[in-house]
Amino acid sequence: MRVALFVTCLADTLFPAAAQATVRLLERLGHQVVFPPEQTCCGQMHVNTGYSAQALPLVRRHVRAFEASDVVVAPSGSCVGSVRHQHATVARRAGDERLASRAEAVAGRTYELSEFLVDVLGVTDVGAYYPHRVTYHPTCHSLRMLRVGDRPLRLLREVRGLDLVELPQAEQCCGFGGTFAVKNADTSTAMLADKLRHVQSTGADVCAAGDASCLMHIGGGLARLRTGVRTVHLAEILASTERSGSTGRTAVRA
Amino acid sequence: MSGREEVLARLRAARGAVPPASAETPRDYRPAGRAADLDLLVDRLTDYRATVHRCAEPEVAEVVDAVLGGRRIVVPRELPRRWLPASVTAVADDDLSTAQVAAVDGVVTAAAVAVAETGTIVLDGGPDQGRRLITLLPDVHVCVLRSEQVVAGVPDAVARLDPRRPLTWISGPSATSDIELNRVEGVHGPRNLHVVLLAPDAR
Amino acid sequence: MSRTFLGMPGTAPPGVGHLRGAEPFPAAARRGLADPQLRRNLGHATTTIRAKSGAVIGELPDWQALREAGSAIKTDVLTRLPELLEQLEAAVTAAGGVVHWAADAVEANRIVTELVAATGSDRVIKVKSMATQEIGLNEALDAAGITAVETDLAELIVQLGEDRPSHILVPAIHRNRAEIREIFLRAMPGVDPSLTDDPPALAAAARRFLRETFLTTRVAISGANFAVAETGTLAVVESEGNGRMCLTLPETLITVMGVEKVVPTWRDLEVFLQLLPRASTGERMNPYTSMWTGVTTGDGPQAFHLVLLDNGRSAVLADEVGRQALHCIRCSACLNVCPVYERVGGHAYGSVYPGPIGAVLSPQLTGVEDNASLPYASTLCGACYDACPVKINIPELLVHLRDRAPHPRAETAAMAAAAYVMDRPALYAAAQRAARLSRFAGRRGRGLPPPLSGWTIGRDLPQPPARTFREWWAQR
Repeated sequence: MRVALFVTCLADTLFPAAAQATVRLLERLGHQVVFPPEQTCCGQMHVNTGYSAQALPLVRRHVRAFEASDVVVAPSGSCVGSVRHQHATVARRAGDERLASRAEAVAGRTYELSEFLVDVLGVTDVGAYYPHRVTYHPTCHSLRMLRVGDRPLRLLREVRGLDLVELPQAEQCCGFGGTFAVKNADTSTAMLADKLRHVQSTGADVCAAGDASCLMHIGGGLARLRTGVRTVHLAEILASTERSGSTGRTAVRA
Repeated sequence: MSGREEVLARLRAARGAVPPASAETPRDYRPAGRAADLDLLVDRLTDYRATVHRCAEPEVAEVVDAVLGGRRIVVPRELPRRWLPASVTAVADDDLSTAQVAAVDGVVTAAAVAVAETGTIVLDGGPDQGRRLITLLPDVHVCVLRSEQVVAGVPDAVARLDPRRPLTWISGPSATSDIELNRVEGVHGPRNLHVVLLAPDAR
Repeated sequence: MSRTFLGMPGTAPPGVGHLRGAEPFPAAARRGLADPQLRRNLGHATTTIRAKSGAVIGELPDWQALREAGSAIKTDVLTRLPELLEQLEAAVTAAGGVVHWAADAVEANRIVTELVAATGSDRVIKVKSMATQEIGLNEALDAAGITAVETDLAELIVQLGEDRPSHILVPAIHRNRAEIREIFLRAMPGVDPSLTDDPPALAAAARRFLRETFLTTRVAISGANFAVAETGTLAVVESEGNGRMCLTLPETLITVMGVEKVVPTWRDLEVFLQLLPRASTGERMNPYTSMWTGVTTGDGPQAFHLVLLDNGRSAVLADEVGRQALHCIRCSACLNVCPVYERVGGHAYGSVYPGPIGAVLSPQLTGVEDNASLPYASTLCGACYDACPVKINIPELLVHLRDRAPHPRAETAAMAAAAYVMDRPALYAAAQRAARLSRFAGRRGRGLPPPLSGWTIGRDLPQPPARTFREWWAQR
């Protein structure tokens, strides 16, 4: 299958390891990955902060970039959520019905990574090896916007060497919320503190998730507290094999 | 412009163009008509701290004696007198004053409907149930329920009831969740609810 | 500001009632966050109610179908609101009630005050009602020399504690049993000095305290959970029996109801009576629900007045996206699952409607400029939408209102610049490189200017990678 990678601006700029791992994983599974270079940002930050008019050109750009692709995959529940639940609305509110239906068509072919693996490719064992104690934070948009359910956990359970430990109150938000973390920094920090406490209580050495944004938030907190617990994107775990000898450090440095 | 015209004009302007005939409401939930489960009713009543007595109709007076023997009670005008033991002093509610009703220890009534799934009894002010205040002020309420009055779910009860009558839906004794969101029984309404469920063949 | 064009949708007027906070949400939230007792009380209470509610919702195989029906009924109501209200008015009038219409809080307060004054009573008993809190009725009555006695236990705790409500269902949720005992000992006349903090003992103390008031007060004021247009039937859902007392014992009953509470048919109650208790108190059914239609000869109040209240609801209705906030049945399930509410408490929202529903309802009732920080009081985590028994898409509404909220000038400029750059891939790639090379943030991001410094109060910034993804891709 020819898969277009929707890298997301955050992974592109700050967490390329997650995107590189997505490429490696999909290629290892026998698929061709292409990267439409016209893509930049889905516009979610603008929409969620109250600037949907400014998001309109970004929606148009995204649709143009991926319109020709048969299938689009992103290592982010949040950005796929924006494509699926916001793009057409932004276009429609701006009175661009044609763009709205084009956006809907692209959204219909766009998948978050775990959805793509489990639902489209029908695999849960991707042949990964990752000898670490891992706890998984499901992220709100994957959980409640996309309803990915237990797909990521099914993938993780098949990873050899991986010791999966349950995260208490996993479904609680980590407090990121995009610009919420800045506009309501104190509340965000209070939510993060509880998430960090739960992560630490698992004794895991890796906290995994399917969104670089939440991982940046949780990881920033873990680093500040010098906990020694690392945050690693789901894609990086699934891309790791005995041969790659991954230690999961790729999350920290590209 | 009167308040009435002002509000209606605002709402008409806000609502926008009058929509076409409203779409049928999807009602894919369980409709009325399922069989009522008496054991479920008992379980649900008990779960919310009502005391349930199951007996045949001629034994009601014995139950009332056990609960209210030696006490003063109020009863609706047309409550079957055979339900009352000689041990209680029963006053019929013949337009008693609020103070008179507040002064008695208990009340015995019939009911209109009961909902098994929620453990609810409903009073509709019928002549064997009386005015609303007589089941409110006394601290003990004994409610006699015929088995054919028990329905499966809320839709069955709504279908059976007449909205023009004053209705009181009762699910257990008076309670509150206002202290730390825990349910605590016993605030302003009767603190003791006894439901006497008559056996199906007992009429 | 309130728009007052005759016959045009209007927001709730300022200066009356309790829909506007004194300070923006982030500032008010800070006080809640700094109160460890509040955090513990809320954490305990919301954890309890989530478990209870989840269990009884799990018993129903058709919960989702009930939600669909509830949502559809409310959608239908909003499209036919004027006609349904006229139908309700006719049915209530035919059954012996008197219907009044109030465009805003000022009018509603005047109508109720005059009705009470006409009875000659200088005291009223009240059933907990969000509508009367919203319009500040108690203060209006007080100004007219009429004492309003709140009879709901939590409202009583708030009233005796000279406190403000912080939750829709349980206004004193921020108080634990020990604090409630202290309030009762301090402010409840005639209280037993040996009162313990055992919840049944506290409830019994309230029973004793209010008993005589119930028996001797001639006027009651209530809200309404539902009003049935076709029959004129009003419904009040409660637990303690204080509602029954108010609806049954007085000579005169005055019900103040937001116009959106009307439902078309008697049958519709079969949906809401299943949704509300399970979502709200986590019970299969609340202890008491009272339903009455006008006046019943020989039973209950012989004078019944229904006050239909707009107070900004027409402005909400005028927004085709925003109007779904009027579906709300005041269950408070969204508060109980909200991670923001759980940490900051209800007072931070500044309005009688706190939590997620408050964050979308209050700004719409007042006009978003008067509650501009509320639509941002959420991470958009979506837990509220899942919990809502009438399927109000609160995250969608929050985003919608953020679009209409006034924006800080610097933020507007930054967002415009970001959009400009992101719409030009070459510029975008250059900006990525610049961000990396400048290391503007300093070590771990400390030293960032506000508002970005908010990030670094508790988190490090990620170190920019050596290469962006697109650089890596280009060099493969």
